[in-house]
Amino acid sequence: MGMTMTQKILAAHAGLERVEAGQLIEANLDLVLGNDITSPVAIKEFAKTGVTEVFDKAKVALVPDHFTPNKDIKAAEQCKCLREFANQMAIENYFEIGEMGIEHCLIPEKGLAVPGDLIIGADSHTCTYGALGAFSTGIGSTDMAAGMATGKCWFKVPSAIKFVLKGKPQGWVSGKDVILHIIGMIGVDGALYKSMEFVGEGLRHLSMDNRFTMANMAIEAGAKNGIFMVDELTLEYVKAHSTKPYTVYTPDEDAEYDAVYEIDLSSLKPTVSFPHLPDNTRTIDEVGDVAIDQVVIGSCTNGRIEDLRVAAKILNGRKVKKGVRVIVFPGTQKIYLDALKEGLIAQMVEAGAVVSTPTCGPCLGGHMGILAKGERAIATTNRNFVGRMGHTESEVYLASPAVAAASALTGKITDPDTIMKNA
Amino acid sequence: MKAKGRVFRYKDNVDTDVIIPARYLNTSDPKELAAHCMEDIDTEFVKKVKEGDIIVAGRNFGCGSSREHAPIAIKASGVSCVIASTFARIFYRNAINIGLPILECEQAVKGIENGDEVEIDFDSGIIRNLTKGTTFKAQPFPEFMKKIMASDGLVNYIKGKM
Repeated sequence: MGMTMTQKILAAHAGLERVEAGQLIEANLDLVLGNDITSPVAIKEFAKTGVTEVFDKAKVALVPDHFTPNKDIKAAEQCKCLREFANQMAIENYFEIGEMGIEHCLIPEKGLAVPGDLIIGADSHTCTYGALGAFSTGIGSTDMAAGMATGKCWFKVPSAIKFVLKGKPQGWVSGKDVILHIIGMIGVDGALYKSMEFVGEGLRHLSMDNRFTMANMAIEAGAKNGIFMVDELTLEYVKAHSTKPYTVYTPDEDAEYDAVYEIDLSSLKPTVSFPHLPDNTRTIDEVGDVAIDQVVIGSCTNGRIEDLRVAAKILNGRKVKKGVRVIVFPGTQKIYLDALKEGLIAQMVEAGAVVSTPTCGPCLGGHMGILAKGERAIATTNRNFVGRMGHTESEVYLASPAVAAASALTGKITDPDTIMKNA
Repeated sequence: MKAKGRVFRYKDNVDTDVIIPARYLNTSDPKELAAHCMEDIDTEFVKKVKEGDIIVAGRNFGCGSSREHAPIAIKASGVSCVIASTFARIFYRNAINIGLPILECEQAVKGIENGDEVEIDFDSGIIRNLTKGTTFKAQPFPEFMKKIMASDGLVNYIKGKM
């Protein structure tokens, strides 16, 4: 019996000829990642091990992105802990304010994730780098500490679900709509402990930014990782961003899958997740009348340049509905600058949006856009749990940048087509 | 190794945002975190929880964020074990790594209600509902996991081995 893409990467990093689902292995790590929330706990645990140096200064990345720029004294102390550890250990990939970004937008941009890599990160959305054909997964702070100390992590080899993508997305349908559709179909634990493997001719119609969005939300179906077949688009991206050696793994023809789904991208519609779980999806024509108070465009899910281009295209020359707050979070400094140079920032600000420096901010209810009791937001983020963006009686609706921007103009959840078809 | 306590019963998909809301993640102090444990799903939890009490929940417990603060908050609040039908995978790893006992047992979840008195024997995997007089069997911990629990977490366990 053959192996899936994930199984091949795990086998190669464990020094094994082959592995099978359920097997426990210890594998070598290409990158260990942490942020300002999870790293302070990891640093404390690292100190307890008695190890005095990280396993490889080039293979640890620390990104203060959650409560930054420091939102309060306690957050400042946590960032200080991160900074001091990075200095003390001479960590090569520590990104200070001014050079940082939201970690999962930043790491690929800096060329730190390439096809075939095995990456762990103390952040659940570490699965984002599966878009590049890497195995990457979220772990906790203790695993991060052990990873920094030893360069290794134990894994239970996952089985997989295969998603065969066909056709071309129509109209405003983006990677976000595809992944929300999939999560709605299989549920928030539909891929629990498993890999989600994305293959098929439809892939060529999904840009890298769209693939990052999709891999990012694999965790929202409970998956261990999401991984895309590497193609020309992937290699173009890798060559433009990285000088690291890479390995392309393809699944064996006789690899075993727990389930195979065929998805016709041309049949999908813009999709929205209603509170309070990402699998509570409705297509845009089923949404009904949902008034909103706030619009959040950005995050590790949808803070990339294509996301901002789509939002700006819809906002350009129009005005945000009076009474609606629109907050835009570019994913990294580079994305911010590119958006400035392309005129996108001006277009969005003129429409009445505010633009923030990169931060996770309100996505996890941290800062920069917290909701009051009874308020509703439409957000391009990844979770709509109870209290996720603020008060326990506030609500978050998840959507694409196009739907979020269209909704900003009307003050209710809106199909971008109704704004743009006569434009 | 045994545990005994009163049950706090929750439903499916209890996420780490309700176990410990992000607004409290500007600290990693277990006591401070415990003071807000389960706050967004059950404001009574912190007031009522006693040393040894047990959380019982449905599917996909601990889904969402990778924050280790979630099992840390539960453990520091005095909870001796979480029993669920299934756990989200990062929470599962984190709980073991910090030495919070967790058991997957769908039958027990179906047969235990809020407020029941429950006793767990981790060596045999036997879960007894003392209130209802019923017994369930979960997979007992493998030896290495028992040692991690006894060492109060993975790091101490590794240190003990080195």
